[in-house]
Amino acid sequence: MNRELKRVSLVVLLMFVALLTSTTIVQVFQADSLSADARNTRTLYDSYSIERGPILVGGEPIAQSMPAEDDYKFQRTYSNGPLYAPVTGFLPLNGAPTGLEHALNSELSGTSDAQFFDKMNALITGQSPKGASVEATIDPAAQQAAWDALGDLTGSVVVTEPATGRILAMVSKPSYDPNLLTVHDNQQVTDNYQALLNDESDPLIDRSINALNPPGSVFKLVVVTAALESGKFTPESTFPNPATYQLPGSSSIVINSGGGTCGGGDTVTIATALKQSCNIPLAELGLQLGDDAIRETAEKFGFNSGYSIPLDVSQSAYPTALDDAQTALSAFGQTDVRATAMQMAMVSATIANGGVLMAPNLVDAVTAPDLSPIQVFEPQTVERVMSAETAATLTQMMVNGVQDGAASNARIDGVNVAGKTGTAENAEDEPYTLWFTGFAPAEDPKYAITVLVEDGGGLGQTGYGNLLAAPIAKQVLEAVLNK
Amino acid sequence: MPASSNRSTTTDAPARPSRVRRLHLPQKLRNLELFLLLIACGINAASVVLVQLGALGRIDTTLVLLGAGLSALVLAMHVVLRFVAREADPFILPIATLLNGLGIAMIYRIDLANEETGLASASVRQTMWSALAIGCAIAVLLIIRNHRVLFRYTYIAGFVGVALLLLPLVPGLGREVSGARVWIGIGSFATFQPGEIAKIALAVFFAGYLVRNRDSLSMVGKKFLWMRFPRLRDLGPILVVWALSMSVIIFQRDLGTALLYFGLFLVMLYLATGRLSWVLLGMSLFLGGAIVASQTLDYVNGRFMNWLDALNPDVYTADGGSYQLVQGLFGLAKGGLVGTGLGQGRPEITPVPQSDYIIASLGEELGLAGIFAILALYLLLVARGFRIGFAGNDDFGKLLGVGLSFVIALQCFIVIGGVTRVIPLTGLTTPFLAAGGSSLVANWIIVALLLRLSDTVRNQPRLVV
Repeated sequence: MNRELKRVSLVVLLMFVALLTSTTIVQVFQADSLSADARNTRTLYDSYSIERGPILVGGEPIAQSMPAEDDYKFQRTYSNGPLYAPVTGFLPLNGAPTGLEHALNSELSGTSDAQFFDKMNALITGQSPKGASVEATIDPAAQQAAWDALGDLTGSVVVTEPATGRILAMVSKPSYDPNLLTVHDNQQVTDNYQALLNDESDPLIDRSINALNPPGSVFKLVVVTAALESGKFTPESTFPNPATYQLPGSSSIVINSGGGTCGGGDTVTIATALKQSCNIPLAELGLQLGDDAIRETAEKFGFNSGYSIPLDVSQSAYPTALDDAQTALSAFGQTDVRATAMQMAMVSATIANGGVLMAPNLVDAVTAPDLSPIQVFEPQTVERVMSAETAATLTQMMVNGVQDGAASNARIDGVNVAGKTGTAENAEDEPYTLWFTGFAPAEDPKYAITVLVEDGGGLGQTGYGNLLAAPIAKQVLEAVLNK
Repeated sequence: MPASSNRSTTTDAPARPSRVRRLHLPQKLRNLELFLLLIACGINAASVVLVQLGALGRIDTTLVLLGAGLSALVLAMHVVLRFVAREADPFILPIATLLNGLGIAMIYRIDLANEETGLASASVRQTMWSALAIGCAIAVLLIIRNHRVLFRYTYIAGFVGVALLLLPLVPGLGREVSGARVWIGIGSFATFQPGEIAKIALAVFFAGYLVRNRDSLSMVGKKFLWMRFPRLRDLGPILVVWALSMSVIIFQRDLGTALLYFGLFLVMLYLATGRLSWVLLGMSLFLGGAIVASQTLDYVNGRFMNWLDALNPDVYTADGGSYQLVQGLFGLAKGGLVGTGLGQGRPEITPVPQSDYIIASLGEELGLAGIFAILALYLLLVARGFRIGFAGNDDFGKLLGVGLSFVIALQCFIVIGGVTRVIPLTGLTTPFLAAGGSSLVANWIIVALLLRLSDTVRNQPRLVV
């Protein structure tokens, strides 16, 4: 029996060697990747126990860690929480962080590679480690103005600086108070989070970067850009001007928003169609361009790709494999075209910036506790989407649209505002999505603004972009331009 | 059994004047045991105090007092050994004490995290159960003065083992806990896992049965390739045990227990017959059954998915998915090489950190170093059991000793291997460490039996161990 016993002993030994090996693999070789896993709440708890860096706006902290008398040592507090919720996000006690708290977690918590020596230093000197501070690009005045102007409507206002891509305002409504999710009581946090999650107005969704809506007429800017850049069309190119238009290969009828023809006459120019925001001429233009040309331009603007500001922006979509009817519909931003407010802000900012798209960016600098810079964000050019000439032409058309066209409610005395409204249909009986996107002053653009109003602004299918979205843009632009 | 056939013919040791000799022998082994036992109790007390300092920042006397009571009980067992089993192995009792104590410290640590105190808390219950388990062990030592008594009860043990195993299936008595129907309970309290006790009864049965029948199991059969395969009619026992294991998988939904019993039977069968063909036959039967089960039974399939693709977000969030497994891995990763220190990690994040996942909890706070130490303790314990097999004179005792130690080894492998993704995770208790009364009682009885067997082995005159 002893020969067998020796063999069994060997098997037992091998079983234990397997256990020693597997624990070593988990605890040593996989330890780093497991700690970095977003689902690892232990890492999160650890990030509470150090003095996390503040998030600053205009030099004032909008998120900071205050000393607390409990196990976590620090309490994350958000001043003016709901206003800045889309920027800061939150660092919950028992879940994954969001917003800048998530995007720059390692910098804020002092665990980024750049802070390695600081961390070691703190370990040796016995000081408690501190995280870096993050300076956001947000202009508090613009943010407040956008917040006030949006009122009780559901939607978003995004203001950017066309020449740099810096995001000056990023408002989403309805909002929530991130402080509710950082109380040091697991059950309380879970309850608060569930309440927000179950809230039918979806306050947790950041409507500036994570809500996808049909862009409607604001997408015409993309189509006209494609047309002008193709070289086959000028603003004076003409199209037949019927009052109704049957989609090719379909029984569906397209009408202009007013119901009649686009201006008078048998034909209509692109310039007039854009200024009056007519659907039929754009459908005709879209068909002549083809969906590939429109898609190519849309993708230059950023459609069909995700990007990070460094918050992750949802991917706006211009669909593939469209038939003729869908192509015609897509030319005024319907069918399955979807855009975030941030995406439309990028379209306006590109036109404002002479055709060059700058990467949108929410962070100016990351600074170590000893005030040495860890990271400074410079303006980044993405690409030239259109020629300066096309940009100038589009600007003029958009100025006309505000002056005496479909975007007239954004008019400001003494300032040339360029703008485009949109009123997009959702499903058959659902309220419209209302848009305004534009910039000012037209001759030297300082601010590009996009207003998104969801849920028909409470008016179901009777509201329209110029009625609800344009005045909000006007109010914000007046505030930031000191008019 | 070519190597030891000459030895096994002398199953009965000749009578000898033991009483006279013993009086003159200094109790070297017992003194060593006492020394080790004091160290073990010291480590246990220190770990409870460290847990309190780490988690509370102060020392609370309640559990320390309870622990002192337990130490007293273990020392009482030591004294009993001085009288009834003075030649017993000196390492077994200290190792069991240390593992038991570390388990209580960790369970207590999780109680503190969950703010549970008093009689209802798991650590106090575990201490009570430990006391009962050690009491049972002392009783076994006192009652069973010669292990060969058990040989007489081979078939009764077999019947008891199967009955205990099937008890949870009795309507009204069985309880289902997290999917597995391996508990019994009366009313809403006093739940017990009879399967834990069944493993001892089955080990006794297997040992007795195999010693009686191994000739027909090993000598006859057809030679095929290089191995001798058994006759069809000798397949009865293995098929019965296989069917029993499969019914555990299907009706009690407990993969781990099935694997444990079948593995135990196979190893004992191999030891008794020396025939590898049995092992191959058994393994293919079990693997076949497990593969069929993984295709047809959702819970088995789920276990395999969790094992192979634990970090996949879909598997992670699925109902009955790998959430627990991954949280355990996070805990282990957090522990790293040296751990966070007792009371300073966050083992309570992982579901059931005090029972199935106690090894992950210990790994988090004691680190890889701690896990290695614990595994070394288990290995040492198993090795001491195997020594009985190597040195023993009667085949029943040898088989029983090895079988009981192998059960501990296999159980460790199944649980810890499950937690660290060597094999699919199945619910079993980590011997001595995990919270759970039935497991403690069973393992302490195993300790008593191993002590008894080792004493017998050393009392055989011509062996020096």
